[in-house]
Amino acid sequence: MARPLPPGVSQRDFAEALRQFETAVGKEWVFSSDEDIDLYRDAYSPFWNEPEERIPSAAVAPDRVEQVQQIVRLAGKYRIPLWTISTGKNLGYGGSAPNVSGSVVLDLKRMNRIIEVSEKNHYALVEPGVSYFDLYRHIQEKKLKLWIDPPDPGWGSLIGNALERGGGYTPMRDHFDAHCGMEVVLANGDVVRTGMGALANAKTWQQYKYGFGPFVDGIFSQSNLGIVTKMGFWLYPEPEAYFSGTVMVPKHDDIHALVENLALLINSGIVQGTTSVLNTASFGPPDPELARIRVGSSTSDLERYMAQKGLGYWTVDLPFYGPAKVIAAQWEHAKDKFSTIPGVQFRDGASYRFPLGQAELDKIPNPVPLGVPSLTTFAIGGPFSQGHMWFSPIIPMTGEAVIEATRVFEQVYTDLGNPTGALPGLPIWSFFARAFVIIYFFPIEHDVEKNRRSREIFRRLVKVAAEHGWGEYRTHTAFMDDIASVYSYNNRALWRLHETLKDALDPNGILAPGKNGVWPRRLRKGNA
Amino acid sequence: MTQIPRRVYTARPALRLAILVFLWSLPVEAQKAPDVYEKWCTPCHGAGENKPGTISAGALYKGSKPAVLAERTDLTAAGIRSVVRKGMYIMPRFRKTEVSDAELDTIVAFLTRTPQLAK
Repeated sequence: MARPLPPGVSQRDFAEALRQFETAVGKEWVFSSDEDIDLYRDAYSPFWNEPEERIPSAAVAPDRVEQVQQIVRLAGKYRIPLWTISTGKNLGYGGSAPNVSGSVVLDLKRMNRIIEVSEKNHYALVEPGVSYFDLYRHIQEKKLKLWIDPPDPGWGSLIGNALERGGGYTPMRDHFDAHCGMEVVLANGDVVRTGMGALANAKTWQQYKYGFGPFVDGIFSQSNLGIVTKMGFWLYPEPEAYFSGTVMVPKHDDIHALVENLALLINSGIVQGTTSVLNTASFGPPDPELARIRVGSSTSDLERYMAQKGLGYWTVDLPFYGPAKVIAAQWEHAKDKFSTIPGVQFRDGASYRFPLGQAELDKIPNPVPLGVPSLTTFAIGGPFSQGHMWFSPIIPMTGEAVIEATRVFEQVYTDLGNPTGALPGLPIWSFFARAFVIIYFFPIEHDVEKNRRSREIFRRLVKVAAEHGWGEYRTHTAFMDDIASVYSYNNRALWRLHETLKDALDPNGILAPGKNGVWPRRLRKGNA
Repeated sequence: MTQIPRRVYTARPALRLAILVFLWSLPVEAQKAPDVYEKWCTPCHGAGENKPGTISAGALYKGSKPAVLAERTDLTAAGIRSVVRKGMYIMPRFRKTEVSDAELDTIVAFLTRTPQLAK
């Protein structure tokens, strides 16, 4: 790939900036050869090998906060955009590649210190390069009675995933919500500690989130207003037990009572882990008869087929964590609630007591809901998959919304001629409190025409979702402007506020221009 | 199972070579992977049902070659370096801040049973 320069920066200034980066971090940790820059390409780019693929001009890898400060000040001097990555494993959402070609990637992987882990107060303080695998291994080696909450791929950064507002499966599943305290380098090189970390001699930085005065942590998530160099996380005390119970209901219209009771259980704190609602009739089992019934048959035909197979039309798995006696009571309570639905079936699922030995863990198909990081998820898409990206709208936690969203998104596929590849009918998840998220899978291939088609469908889905009042919680860099544009209430008032903050905190526009659709003044439409 | 301690990989070259030649003379299945392999490769390419790299290799080779990467005897240094730095199927490329050139040498040495490559 051709190596671009940072936008508006001369070759001479760029060379001088690289030389000064080398002075700051050491020559070994500034990458500017074609071969090294290639390593920062987004392996799952929907623009793979197209002119629009975003390619950095260089990468620089500091190993401590003082070096980050130096780099930021140099970038400001030369007006070089920096694209910060933690572990660079935000695959499906952009990987390690920037949003603007010519940016210098600020690679924080070397900042991988686990600064503190408290077993008594159940928290950790880490740097951006620490992965879920790293913290898990540390906890295992120290034999601490603590759980982490990994997302599906375990090699990502705790900080990166939380800042992107990712989700996991245990009661600590909302990763941004589970953070407590940040250290942030601002665009002027100043270092800020949030919450109680603003005290000169803080004793509760990882125990009380809010500190005193305005609570600013949120503006550093999915954002380009600062570079987070430390972050605290609340951890889950190792529970005594885990149990999974399955609820199956027989009729299409049972979705309403099913979700109403599920929301009650989640919002009451009875169910604390991530659940999923599965339309069993549209997702499985792989049976030619079912495939035939799905096309052109009535809902009652599908209901009859599912009943004959002993399956529910809709299925929900409920995870429970905690003392075994409490779990048993929670499952009984849940069954009482769902028993108002005629024909409901219940099945006992997996049951574990902790700690588990390695031999037991190795037998568990997916250990992620048990706080054990894994890469199992990369089997999605089949053995020869070349990558993927996700369309992930947030919808209300109601049966009506499940039905409507499923119908609306499937109609998009029909309107576009039922293209192969994208998979409708995936489970609907409760990664976050109070709302569902649907996560649609888009395959990425090293095939320009197929990727062009996927982008067309993706953009159509964004637009149609917005027309129905639904928006995405996170997206690939390729679609950040598309999604930001639909968050348009009151003439884009929220994004105008973001731009006001951006211009105040980063007047040179050097931090991740265009991240989540927030552009600095000099690169904003009409000004660029 | 014979474990090759991490310090072997960081010992003085002559001593390291002697130790590694001895250890690598043991049967292949008796060798334990170096830390860098366990950290970066085993989660996808190890034994077991849930390893995407192993699943992919099983589908690709259909039994003509072992699906578990460390059991392969036909891997070349150039091939390993290319896959780590350029990716293959869903496996992304690995940056030098993740797997340094020296660590890549260690991986190559382990997978090709060529101890002199370990630095």
